Amino acid sequence: MNLPASFIAPLPETVLIVTGVLVMLIEAVLKPATSRKPLGWLAIAGTTIAGLISAYQLRLGTLTAFSGSIQVDAFSIFFHLLIGAVVVATLLGSLDYFDGHASHAGEYFALVLFGASGMMLMTCSVDLLMVFIGLEISSISTYILAGFRKGEGTAVEASIKYFLLGSFATAFFLYGIALAYGATGSTGIAAIAAGLGASATPRMAFLALAMMLVGLGFKVSAAPFHLWTPDVYQGAPAPVVGLMSTAPKAAAFAVLLRITFCGFPLMQQRWSMLLWGLAALSMTIGNLGALKQTDVKRMLAYSSIAHAGYLLAAFTAFPQAGISAACFYTAAYAAMNVGAFAVVTQVGGYKETLRSFEDYQGLAMRRPVLAALLAFFLLSLIGIPFTGGFFGKFYVFAAVLQAGHVWLAVIGLINSGVACFYYLRLLSSIYTRPGETASATTPAPAPAISVPAGIGLTLTAAATLLLGILPGHVLHLANSASSSLRATYAIAAPSASPGNSPPSLPSSDNSR
Amino acid sequence: MVPTTYNLVPTAYYLILAAMLFSIGIAAFLIKRNVITIFISIELMLNAVNLTFVAFAHMWHQVSGQIFVFFVMVVAAAEAAVGLAIILSIFRTRETLNVDEIDLMKS
Repeated sequence: MNLPASFIAPLPETVLIVTGVLVMLIEAVLKPATSRKPLGWLAIAGTTIAGLISAYQLRLGTLTAFSGSIQVDAFSIFFHLLIGAVVVATLLGSLDYFDGHASHAGEYFALVLFGASGMMLMTCSVDLLMVFIGLEISSISTYILAGFRKGEGTAVEASIKYFLLGSFATAFFLYGIALAYGATGSTGIAAIAAGLGASATPRMAFLALAMMLVGLGFKVSAAPFHLWTPDVYQGAPAPVVGLMSTAPKAAAFAVLLRITFCGFPLMQQRWSMLLWGLAALSMTIGNLGALKQTDVKRMLAYSSIAHAGYLLAAFTAFPQAGISAACFYTAAYAAMNVGAFAVVTQVGGYKETLRSFEDYQGLAMRRPVLAALLAFFLLSLIGIPFTGGFFGKFYVFAAVLQAGHVWLAVIGLINSGVACFYYLRLLSSIYTRPGETASATTPAPAPAISVPAGIGLTLTAAATLLLGILPGHVLHLANSASSSLRATYAIAAPSASPGNSPPSLPSSDNSR
Repeated sequence: MVPTTYNLVPTAYYLILAAMLFSIGIAAFLIKRNVITIFISIELMLNAVNLTFVAFAHMWHQVSGQIFVFFVMVVAAAEAAVGLAIILSIFRTRETLNVDEIDLMKS
């Protein structure tokens, strides 16, 4: 069978889009009263197939398609699999979420699929035009998903805030692309790297990079650009927050890795300084902000800002170690955060009546299994050994120290200590017996966890545990992802600066 | 390497105009309180980017920059469709378009 690469390379995205269209078509002929669950199963099947195709592509080596604007390599496949897994876990957790509340649940499954296709497209595009299109496909889908509980005031508010600030960020990202195009005469990431050496306007190129950093900083909710995060996470439906705090962020980080390490390797000294600042600021602001929160979703929002900071810290390390640490951290963070939000989904229900720390008091007595799972995910978010979060932090800070950024590591470790405080506060309230006032209004016996939600929770918990005790497999994948990204960089760099071979990094980088 | 322009108006003028439009967009986004006006200011920023692309495409004597503009326009249209729908639904639930009054979630 000899299929053209233009067909095989974007096949996972194609499968997702076709499944999404199918879901919408079937939804149109279903009676309003019918359960939308079969559509959910269809979406899960489609995503699984897309993931399997991605895994198979790993054997085919590097594929390029659409006149070199898409490149499927170990790096993009790592993120494809990650996004696929996140989507499957989210869909499993939200199959029963809309039952009896929303007749438009079919659109939810379709939008999740479309969004996932955009995120996957982002990770495998090597042309900024494709990156932009993927970014917009994923963003526009998540804008709608954020406001999916149409009747709720907070949900619509979350949607509009996300939409306005997201589009604002997109404009910055686009302006950055325009300036990069002006400075180098191309929008291809490798061509930009080649053009940088010959560029007569390095200042404009750096401004371009800074603009793109602002745009992507919004998407990953890094510190000065994090203002939308708490409100959007509080108002959006819990399963959607689980998705959008992990998958689009993973995709944005993949783009950031590609742009910085492949597109602007010549300016590494300068952008690693910028990212140093962003990382330190994100960690500090995220953790300090989380301290005073009383709403669980808001607290997790601030914690996600802090985690974006830990991840950004990996960018300041040497390429090989830094990229693989960032990949591993993204995977670990995705597992534990999707898990935490799956628990929040189960506890809160569609109306999200139980949301504050007080509501979670005594959860261990009412729903022991959920409480134990949440406790496990919180411990992983702290970074306790035998969880994915521990190895994620370990690799990142090892890489940061290796590159000589001692102060950044110190700031990170102090922040991990601060983070303990608010995670443990929630943990202790879960395991505290509620006081008299609370027990007087104890709600009716909670519904049992449905089978698909149980599978989803088990999967995320197993992934978090596995990353904590047997990180070898994922680390191996992350390493090969890092190597394949650096291979692109190696092609790009020599033409830009002959005599500066990629392995010997600018040594002045660690003279901080 | 530096391309020559066959135009009386130098490329820099277009770039400066675009930068000014972009800045006006940012300022309006931050200052204005009506959701629709804020949305218009985002459109202004996007069109400033389009102008930049066209100017650079002219400078480099390439078509790719102009093609990019088409993609930006299509995406902006899609974004407008979704954005206006969201604005409609916020007006339905809150009966206001003033961003200062859309504040159910203050910590």
